[in-house]
Amino acid sequence: MNNSVVNTARLLGAGLRALLVLTLVTGVIYPLVVTGIAQGLFPGKANGSEIRADGKVVGSSLIGQQGYSLDYFQPRPANGLGENSLNTQYRLLLSGATNLSADNDKLVKSVEAAKAKVVKDNSTADHRVEPSQVPADAVTSSGSGLDPDISPAYADLQVHRVAERNGLTDARVRKLVDEHTEGRTLGFVGEPRVNVLELNIALKDLVAKARP
Amino acid sequence: MGPVLAGVLQLLALIAALALACIPLGNYMAKVYSSDKHWRVEKWVYKGIGANPDTEMTWSAYLRGVLAFSAVGVLFLYLLMRLQGVLPGSLGFSSVDPAQSFNTAVSFVTNTNWQSYYGEQTMGHVVQTAGLAVQNFVSAAVGMAVAVALVRGFARSRTGALGNFWSDLVRGTLRILVPAAAIAAIVLVACGVIQNFSGIHEVGQFMGGSQQWNGGAVASQEAIKEVGTNGGGYFNANSAHPFENPTPFTNLFEIFLILVIPFSLTRTFGVMVGSVRQGYAILATMFTIWLSFVALMMWTEFAHHGPAFQAAGGAYEGKEVRFGVGASSIFAVSTTLTSTGAVDSFHSSFTGLGGGITMLGMMLGEIAPGGVGSGLYGMLIMAVIAVFIAGLMVGRTPEYLGKKIGTREIKLAACYLLITPALVLVFTAVSMALPTPPHSMLNSGAHGFSEVLYAFTSASNNNGSAFAGLNANTDWFNTMTGLAMLLGRFLPMVFVLALAGSLAEQKPVPVTAGTLRTEKPLFTGLLVGAIVVITGLTYFPALALGPLAEGLAS
Repeated sequence: MNNSVVNTARLLGAGLRALLVLTLVTGVIYPLVVTGIAQGLFPGKANGSEIRADGKVVGSSLIGQQGYSLDYFQPRPANGLGENSLNTQYRLLLSGATNLSADNDKLVKSVEAAKAKVVKDNSTADHRVEPSQVPADAVTSSGSGLDPDISPAYADLQVHRVAERNGLTDARVRKLVDEHTEGRTLGFVGEPRVNVLELNIALKDLVAKARP
Repeated sequence: MGPVLAGVLQLLALIAALALACIPLGNYMAKVYSSDKHWRVEKWVYKGIGANPDTEMTWSAYLRGVLAFSAVGVLFLYLLMRLQGVLPGSLGFSSVDPAQSFNTAVSFVTNTNWQSYYGEQTMGHVVQTAGLAVQNFVSAAVGMAVAVALVRGFARSRTGALGNFWSDLVRGTLRILVPAAAIAAIVLVACGVIQNFSGIHEVGQFMGGSQQWNGGAVASQEAIKEVGTNGGGYFNANSAHPFENPTPFTNLFEIFLILVIPFSLTRTFGVMVGSVRQGYAILATMFTIWLSFVALMMWTEFAHHGPAFQAAGGAYEGKEVRFGVGASSIFAVSTTLTSTGAVDSFHSSFTGLGGGITMLGMMLGEIAPGGVGSGLYGMLIMAVIAVFIAGLMVGRTPEYLGKKIGTREIKLAACYLLITPALVLVFTAVSMALPTPPHSMLNSGAHGFSEVLYAFTSASNNNGSAFAGLNANTDWFNTMTGLAMLLGRFLPMVFVLALAGSLAEQKPVPVTAGTLRTEKPLFTGLLVGAIVVITGLTYFPALALGPLAEGLAS
């Protein structure tokens, strides 16, 4: 009995020492070396792909933002973003999905409401948007709630509204969207997409140039 | 090009990359676990541990090593979280409460990475890098060690010796996981995954105001999270978060990382038992199941049945534009057929049948290809069961790889097979029967039941993904999923190692005309059939109440 207690203690001691040594390797040296290489070779990317406009940082090209006025291209809905609940000392940028199921009434209603809003916002006296034209990404929340992209179809749908509100021609704005449409990587990986923040920065520049 | 064709091409590219990697990586891993030379740095590590890496262990000594190391791991991680508030490098986050600390510590040590916390709101630098990420490495190395011990049980005869646990643990970590993760981490940073220690800081926004970012060592953790089939995200949104998975390429690359070691271990197995064709038969079984699941998932997600998706015109809820439906489907299947549980899209918002496919993947026991190590030993247990069934049909004592599958062996395999379904079904039934646990459900009806079933399926099989609408941060779910993870990880390991010990002691039986040829396609077919029938019979009633009811209603 006494012997087995001693043996168990010895074994746990070996386990603890193994854990501490491996923590040093995988929990200290490994992340520090990777950070060193990352900061040395790819400082911009390692620090969040910050993007500038007028000399100021206005966010990350990877992180979608909410709250654009209708003069600008609109991102996807982000109904899954929670609130800072655990550490109220910070207003952290949170991520999250709605997790609502396909048969959930709440989701059905939010999709229908989002679709009605997209139709209303983008229809003008001489330009009528049909509900069937609204693509799925325009009315659903992404997995992260921070999706930086919209589909080219959704960008295209917004061209007329954005052009009219900014006093530009449809053709000029459509050209801008085309310039900011990224196809599939190597032609088949992922889906074609338009980065909303980059597009809106370019739009702001264009508007500034058009109005001397 | 349409999205369906693009999805299929991505699948083909993934298969090609895996095919290229499988043989060299599998051979390398076989060498790692068979070599009698120690690296100099390893000798220092053994000195630090105070263990002789050349001592051969019996199955019970090996098991004691596994259990002692894991017990210390749980305790250490628990204390780290409980003390976070007073440790430096905590970014000002407070200590994690006891139930959640227990749950999270167990979760990472068991290679599950179930998360009842919001990563960006809860864990500081020290816990993330020196606590959670460390277990990402070593829990994976423990899984591989146990698998290798079982393979040695088949390969060796008339011995009690299954190798040395400390040596297998250290080699798996230093020679396989660390180099693989380091390379993967650099590739990820090059594509935009963040890697810094800037902590919480303000970044301006386009329309004015600012965002508060929680910067951290994300790439280094993301890499081992996939390579070690762990799955615990740095951020709440896991691999859907653009800082964890910024581009379509990183998405495909992360799926590759999840699958590469589990598939390659079949080659390691073949080399170590002296017949690579036996390894191919196991590989073919895993691949057949994985590919069928991917095909089913793509079909149901592109078809987007369900009222909300019909209204939206596509199953885009919970999915990112840059990945699309095709790649998200491949990711979802790969993460649930391994023990990973990372997500690039949210399974709760998949179609009813799609959610059922993710659950069924875990219910198969995560063996196609399964977690690092755990996938291989799980599949070998199924192979033992399959030869037993074949033996019953022809009235002959079953044998596998020259070892007789006698009463003791089949008892151990059967115990392995029963333990996880028992955990899943009992914990789910109790949770549904009690008055308060169902309050955690976000959705109602069949989908609400699926949330609870998913939680215990995920915990007991050490997956870690979730129908994340469920509020799992309650004392009940933290404690019960914690227990399910512990029992679901270590009880099967007891049976695996006991089986390994009993196989190693046998003398090999010669191959005769009556021997079932387990390297032939016929056996692969039998094995796939056995897996599907056994899992189907076990879980059909539970699945019928949840995802099948939802899928058929829409």
